[in-house]
Amino acid sequence: MQKNIVIIGNGISGITAARHLRKLSDHKITVISAETDHFYSRTALMYIFMGHMKYENTKPYEDFFWEKNRIGLVRDFVEKVDPAKKTLRLKTEGTLSYDVLILAVGSKSNKFGWPGQDLDGVQGLYNYQDLENMERLAPTVNKAVIVGGGLIGIEMGEMWMSRGVDVTFMIREKEFWSNVLPNEEASMVSRHVVEHHAKLLKETELDSILDNGNGRVKGVKTKTGETIDCDFVGLTVGVSPNTDFLKDSGIEMERGIMVDPYFRTNQPDVYAIGDCAQYREPVPGRRPVEQVWYTGRMHGETVAQTICGNESRYQPGLWFNSAKFMDIEYQVYGTVWNQVRDGEKHLYWEHAKGKKSVRIIYDAANGSVTGFNLMGIRYRHEVCDRWLREKTHITEVLANLREANFDPEFYDTHEQDIIDLYNRENPEDHVKLKRKKGLLAAIFG
Amino acid sequence: MTFKTLIKSVGLVVFLGSLGLWVATLFLGEYRLTTQTLEELLGDETKAKEVLPYFSGVLDQTYTNKFAFIGTVKSTIKDANTGITDKYQITEAEIDALAGNSESEITFALSLTETVFAGEGEVPAFKRKIFADYGGWLDGRAFASSADLRGQIEGTVGYINADILKTRGIDKYTLKAIKVDMIKRATVGFVPDNNALLSIIIFIVGTIGALMYILPKFTDGPEGIKHNGIFHSAMKSQGWLGILTGSFLIGFYILLYWYAEYITEWTIILDPLSMRLSGNGASQWFLYGFLYTVAVLVMGIRMYTKYRHSKYQLIRTTSVMFFQTAFAFIIPEILVRMNQPYFDFKNIWPLDYDFFFSFNLKELAANGGIGVFMLGWGIALILVGVPVFTYFFGKRWYCSWVCGCGGLAETLGDPYRQLSDKSLKAWKVERILIHSVLVFAVVMTSVTLINFFTDGRMLGSLTEPVQEVYGFAIGSAFAGVIGTGFYPLMGNRMWCRFGCPLAAYLGIVQKFKSRFRITTNGGQCISCGNCSTYCEMGIDVRWYAQRGQNIIRSSCVGCGVCSQVCPRGVLKLENKEEKGRFNEPILIGNDGVKVTM
Repeated sequence: MQKNIVIIGNGISGITAARHLRKLSDHKITVISAETDHFYSRTALMYIFMGHMKYENTKPYEDFFWEKNRIGLVRDFVEKVDPAKKTLRLKTEGTLSYDVLILAVGSKSNKFGWPGQDLDGVQGLYNYQDLENMERLAPTVNKAVIVGGGLIGIEMGEMWMSRGVDVTFMIREKEFWSNVLPNEEASMVSRHVVEHHAKLLKETELDSILDNGNGRVKGVKTKTGETIDCDFVGLTVGVSPNTDFLKDSGIEMERGIMVDPYFRTNQPDVYAIGDCAQYREPVPGRRPVEQVWYTGRMHGETVAQTICGNESRYQPGLWFNSAKFMDIEYQVYGTVWNQVRDGEKHLYWEHAKGKKSVRIIYDAANGSVTGFNLMGIRYRHEVCDRWLREKTHITEVLANLREANFDPEFYDTHEQDIIDLYNRENPEDHVKLKRKKGLLAAIFG
Repeated sequence: MTFKTLIKSVGLVVFLGSLGLWVATLFLGEYRLTTQTLEELLGDETKAKEVLPYFSGVLDQTYTNKFAFIGTVKSTIKDANTGITDKYQITEAEIDALAGNSESEITFALSLTETVFAGEGEVPAFKRKIFADYGGWLDGRAFASSADLRGQIEGTVGYINADILKTRGIDKYTLKAIKVDMIKRATVGFVPDNNALLSIIIFIVGTIGALMYILPKFTDGPEGIKHNGIFHSAMKSQGWLGILTGSFLIGFYILLYWYAEYITEWTIILDPLSMRLSGNGASQWFLYGFLYTVAVLVMGIRMYTKYRHSKYQLIRTTSVMFFQTAFAFIIPEILVRMNQPYFDFKNIWPLDYDFFFSFNLKELAANGGIGVFMLGWGIALILVGVPVFTYFFGKRWYCSWVCGCGGLAETLGDPYRQLSDKSLKAWKVERILIHSVLVFAVVMTSVTLINFFTDGRMLGSLTEPVQEVYGFAIGSAFAGVIGTGFYPLMGNRMWCRFGCPLAAYLGIVQKFKSRFRITTNGGQCISCGNCSTYCEMGIDVRWYAQRGQNIIRSSCVGCGVCSQVCPRGVLKLENKEEKGRFNEPILIGNDGVKVTM
């Protein structure tokens, strides 16, 4: 029987769900978004501002795609959800009914109640409207303060620097993103930020944001009483589920919308996926709310199966992620904590120039690898995933390290240096790097 | 203003000044066509005797206006040709006289020309001689009536009258051969008097200016992707500067291909260099080759600044700079100096579309061992080089490492790579267009070769028009005017993507029998779109990357920029065993659902 499926949110989660629903079924699919007419890649917002791309370039599918695949797009704002009547109230189009509702409503930027946080010129970076706002402010911004040392913060700083704006990062931690990155990598990022002529205020917390008298920001005050003049304040201290409109809907929420492993909420035929979902039973070792592109995509893939009758539990594979800190790429495979945990050993190699590093984490007792943390060097997802799953021994991994390298051709390789380091630290092992294929074997092999 | 911006600004001003002076030289010439020059160019006393009187008002006069001069020369040539044709043509009345007025059977006698074309003068003598040459076969033939005979004579006279200019005037082939040279040799005054100095000011100082603008970029922040502001730039995002630059380039190509007589000053400026290299003066093709090489070298250095973090880009850029300078520019000129055929060892049919034209085959054949070697080399590249190298490395071995068109696109064209059209529609157009050009090139070459080997007995009359259409529409308009002129308007690979028949051939091999592919990295794609945006071939790279599928596209030239601009390390160009090349799309990461779509 054809169901009327409504998806709120046209980000990666909602759109992935819609695409997979269409592939698996003939249901009626409607996607509602207040943000943009079409799906675009949220992660590319920074590139629009920096002039690397136009908005058009960030749309993963051409505009004809949606009609061709019978995915209805509605540009409207959902004000209220009534799970009992199975209806939605839209701001302009009135009431809409559904048989199945998927909430993929994403996040909103955190604000922690700082005085002045709602002034003009103070904002986060999450959605297209945030970008438009930055573009509106750009002509009047000469100095920007970015509060928070995470991935969005560094993006926002890079965005402003591309426009010649003086950027000051204010981070609570000792080094950039050191609540996630181990110290060496975090300080590499810190150094790189400074190399780009940004100021980095470490272990500094925001006290309040100052008004210029006309409702526009004129500076910030730190908890130590220091003031910094600026025309813009970026609040990049994380995001939280964008669920205000669901209050009183009867849908159970804590930080996010509570879901079971099938993304079912407490209300019949209402599912929640992506940034806004909070697992009742978090996957061991992972957070209850996962606000990552990749997890959003997997949620969409999974919930489509369940709705189409193939009940599928959310079973993410090994953790992986990636980012780019200005010019330094970052990839992670498996579990990497920001400190050496009990029972772990870390092999950390850093290039002399301090812009590349490889960290391989392995079990101290049995030598099996548990994580890869890479800066400025690309590794193959498939190979790392296999080694991690098969609990491959560190010596075996090192001997075959060439297999993992995913850098472009002709790039300097450092496998031998990494092995030399390991052999120095573990004189009892004599790991030998498997020989590179000879030229003939490389061509004909 | 910092020291660096000062250097850059000065460099830009110097460069634009040189460019301006270069353009201005076109208007600094004076023109004086001497009797001697015209006689030498006509190279034939009979012709000179006929033509020269028409030029009496032009010869040895000094003109200061280029357009007036060239206009006068053109109209004088036209008048001369009309006059000469009128003078020598066999008239309707003469045809009537030759055909007679018989209702019954009539036998034609060639001796009749003695009466019809009677007289001692040059004209009747010419007519008698040429009629005997062209119409000798009519002698003694019987026809049913004078009307029948007249039909035959009319046909013969048609050929005769059309060929008068071959011996008495300036026919179309002669005109083509001497036109540019005539204007060039007539160009006098400031430019030819100062050509060595001008070449230094324009090209050396201009290059220094360009380098002053480019070299400081080596200190532009830490190494990495330098794409800030591209879509805010009037030059790089189809703004007014881009449109202006595109118009300039289009204008240049139109002048170069079809109106080279208007840019003789530019060739004169390069005469000193050309003399040193090949011992000959500069033609418009030398001018083109020189500018092309300078552009590849200077903009290649720009690539060094932009991609100083990427050895792949550095080595690849060095390769295109080398092949353009050595193979396309210097070696052919030296060959000419050594009295060998002009030959570009890296140009491959069907991009090199006149490789099998009879003039080229004859020239190579006439040059003994080295000519035969060149012929064999060219054929070996087509039959062995392309498939073998493409099998091992993909078409990139040629398109973005060796080829001249590719070399220019990857250097001068790099600032415009983001302007390629990524739509599905453009891909459809591309597939139809490029393969049509390949078919056209193959058909044209087949016709040419059949004609060559049958000595014109088969398809003889077809060859020339087919070659001319191809040369005009594909060789000049598409490859040049659109191919390069449209860089700032529609991206830097218009020709390579939509038109190049060699790219089509390489692409077919790359698609079906090659070890090359762009591997996607598991589940790391975030669909940001940098790869697609900066794909000069308009491949929607993201479409593959976001579903975890290897990118195997016949059009991919392997420039490697998608891999560079990817912020998440998702793309890698690789030559690997063919097994698994066409992989099932697979995204790593979701154990609950096997995602294969």
